[in-house]
Amino acid sequence: MAGLIGKKIGMTQVFDDEGRAFAVTVIKAGPNHVTQLKTIERDGYRAVQLGFGEAKEKHVTKPVLGHLAAAGVQPVRRLEEFRAAEGETDELEPGKALSPADVLAPGDRVDVVGISKGKGFQGVVKRHGHHGFDASHGTKTHHRRPGSMGQAADPAKTFKNRKLPGQTGNRRTTIRNLEVLKVDADQQLVFLKGSVPGARNAILRISKRGA
Amino acid sequence: MISMDNRIDQDQLREGLPAFRPGDTVRVNVRVREGEKERLQAFEGVVIRRKGGGVNETFTVRKVSNGVGVERIFPLHSPVIADIEVVREGQVRRAKLYYLRNLSGKAARIRERQHT
Repeated sequence: MAGLIGKKIGMTQVFDDEGRAFAVTVIKAGPNHVTQLKTIERDGYRAVQLGFGEAKEKHVTKPVLGHLAAAGVQPVRRLEEFRAAEGETDELEPGKALSPADVLAPGDRVDVVGISKGKGFQGVVKRHGHHGFDASHGTKTHHRRPGSMGQAADPAKTFKNRKLPGQTGNRRTTIRNLEVLKVDADQQLVFLKGSVPGARNAILRISKRGA
Repeated sequence: MISMDNRIDQDQLREGLPAFRPGDTVRVNVRVREGEKERLQAFEGVVIRRKGGGVNETFTVRKVSNGVGVERIFPLHSPVIADIEVVREGQVRRAKLYYLRNLSGKAARIRERQHT
C-alpha cells in the first residue's frame, strides 16, 4: 500500500535513544477506509481509493454518497487514490479500515501533500524573498517595492514570470522525503520528522516513497 | 506546540525527577558517550531559568568555572540526563535570574529557602 490520508494534529519534539531531539509533526492518519479498488481490467490501472474523516451526510454530494454506500463506508471528508503494485491489493476489499501501522513503519520515507497556510496578498519581499531597498541614504518611499519591470524599448514588454506581489500561500504544496519516526497504532498517529504544509486540522495526503 | 491533545506528549515525559525552581543549586548527572563506553558527568550550578512546557521544557544551569561563567541548557525530559540532585534550595524573587550574569563573588550569593 502506497499511502494514507491524515489530519495534522500539531508539532512537538521526540527524543531518540542517544538523547537527540527531533522536531516532529503528529498526524492522525486513521482509520482510512478502502472505498474502491481500481483494476487493470476495468479501469486500465491498479489503485486503491481511500476515504478519511467524518463528514455530515449533508456535506457530501449524492453521487459520492452513492459511491461510498456501494463500499459500505460512512460519509468521509476526503477521498484519495494511491497507485498499487501487483498483489498489493489482494487482501484489500471495499469497506476495509486501514490503520497507519498497516501502511507505514518507522524509517519509511514519505511525501506529504497539503494546502499551505494562506498569507493573503503579499509584497515581493515576503513572497519572493527580495531584500528590499535601503532604509535610508536618500531612499524615499521606495523600501519594499518590486523594482524594475524590465528593459526599455527593445523587448518593449515585461517578460512572463516577473516576480510581483500577489496571493501567497493557500496553495497545494508537497514536502518530499520526510522520515517516519514513530507510528502509534492505538491512537492511529504518525510522527514525521520535520514540518508539513497547512494549519492544524488540515487534511494531508501521505504517500510512501519508492512504493 | 500541541495544545489540543497533550496526551501525545505524555508518554515521553520523565517521571521521578525532583521538583526544583530557579535559584536552587542542582547537580545534573549527564550521560556522556566516549566511544563505546558511557559514563556520568556532573554539572553543578544554579538554575537560572525554566522555560517551555511539556516535552519542550528546558532549564538552564549556571556555574562559574575557573573564573569563567558557564551556562548549560538541558531539555528537562531528555534521556541524556541520568538524574538531578537538588543540592541547595535558594530563595529568589524572580523567575529568570539573568541578573546573576552581571554579578560575581559575594554579590552572586543566593539566600537559602526557609521552609515554614
